[in-house]
Amino acid sequence: MGLRYGTGTETLSDLTFSLREGGFYFLTGPSGAGKTSLLKLLYLAQRPSRGLIKLFGEDIVTMSRKRLPGFRRRIGVVFQDFRLVRHLSVFDNVALPLRVAGVEDRDLMTPVTEMLNWVGLGHRSTARPATLSGGEQQRVAIARAVIARPELLVADEPTGNVDPEMAARLLHLFDALNKLGTTVVVATHDIHLIARIARSEMLRLDKGQISDPTGALRHPPRKLR
Amino acid sequence: MKTNRRTFGAADRGLLPEGRLTGPMPWVLAIMMFLTVLAAAAGLGLGNAASKLDGEIGNRITVQIVEANPDFREAQARIAVTELRKLAGVTSVRRLGDEEMKELLEPWLGEGGLDGDLPVPVMIDAELTPAAYGRLDVIRAAVREVAPSARVDDNAQWLAPLAGLIDALELLAGGLVLLMVGATTATVVLAARAALDTHRGVIEVLHLMGATDVQVARLFQRRIALDALFGGAVGLAAASLVLLAIGNRVGALGSELLGSAGLPLVSWLILIALPIGGVVLATLVARMTILRALGKLL
Repeated sequence: MGLRYGTGTETLSDLTFSLREGGFYFLTGPSGAGKTSLLKLLYLAQRPSRGLIKLFGEDIVTMSRKRLPGFRRRIGVVFQDFRLVRHLSVFDNVALPLRVAGVEDRDLMTPVTEMLNWVGLGHRSTARPATLSGGEQQRVAIARAVIARPELLVADEPTGNVDPEMAARLLHLFDALNKLGTTVVVATHDIHLIARIARSEMLRLDKGQISDPTGALRHPPRKLR
Repeated sequence: MKTNRRTFGAADRGLLPEGRLTGPMPWVLAIMMFLTVLAAAAGLGLGNAASKLDGEIGNRITVQIVEANPDFREAQARIAVTELRKLAGVTSVRRLGDEEMKELLEPWLGEGGLDGDLPVPVMIDAELTPAAYGRLDVIRAAVREVAPSARVDDNAQWLAPLAGLIDALELLAGGLVLLMVGATTATVVLAARAALDTHRGVIEVLHLMGATDVQVARLFQRRIALDALFGGAVGLAAASLVLLAIGNRVGALGSELLGSAGLPLVSWLILIALPIGGVVLATLVARMTILRALGKLL
């Protein structure tokens, strides 16, 4: 498939790849390679200009708008800019996907509190995002992305603002989710992060194209493992 | 876990950040409702006056026996009354007495101006059924046959210009109400679009989490409905105070015609229903505007 914004050149061109259900993928490549654009296609914020994308076994390119929300609820997203709702508390931000899915308020406390404790923010549940550090905001964004146990987790530079210890912890969370069956796609520049998940596969983008169509780069070099 | 897919639960109240009454929307709606209630009250009051006027003069005729000779005049008056009572469709016949005639003519002739030498016509007031009123020429001919000096006047014809004016003002008031409804609709559309722009970031996040258009629209329509409810209540209260004050002034004038434009209970109930209609209108318009705008997003 290909993706073009407006009348410019294609941001993503002739991409052909498949993600294995339950796989753990790192998406790498230089800035401007099209990683975020590819993630947007994966979390259904964008449709490709041409080609075919099948998600959860269905063609999402021609799928009607009405069916998209149901698919989006199966996807967790960690945005590069977090996109936390400024006027909501940490608790309410994390609870949002459950509320969107229609979970009653009385059933929110336990899962949200557990998730906040897991990312080390249990004591900040009533805080507003503006009062949090960049790393804390990122952890809230991650907690929000995984709270509803998505089938596909898409994360855009999820550890860019946290210290190495927290990065390892968050990656462990992704790993745990992946072991429960969630397919994980993480866009990152952090080569050390890639090395931490031994079973991970790598997609490398360069100038809007998968730079090695042979698939050799899908697997990180042994020395990085 | 129990689920309710139509709303965000308690989060409905917090997902859109701006506090109520901080923006101009409720106050603009209050002004709209104030003007709408006044225009509607004018229309209802005029309608009330028109129907009272119609009830008082509609289907009524006045027969005047204009005869200089008092004996002939009296004889023709009696025979005209008898003839009128015999005619089909004439429901009541009443000859005006001397005292009533004196009162009627006093403004023109002055006190004591009505002496026995002045040939004053005899006046006979008759009420007809609508069917009989429709064939006034037949009645007129029947009366003229037995009383050649009789002049049959259709009361409605004298007040036709006034009735026409009242009808025109009533139409104008109705037109104003429709214009206000249009203006309110446009205001809600603009407010909904502005709110969408203001909260675009939140909406995008909600959409990407799988919120449906209906879920997002409910957030806005609930908020706009509350604004409309506040605006409607304030507008109705202010308009009611103005109407009561005008009612008091009119009462003090003692004018029968103006007094007939008063509002009965049913009219007040209609005025009270206007803000409720406003809330329903604002909610529906907001919902349609937002669903239409969201439909353009992926």
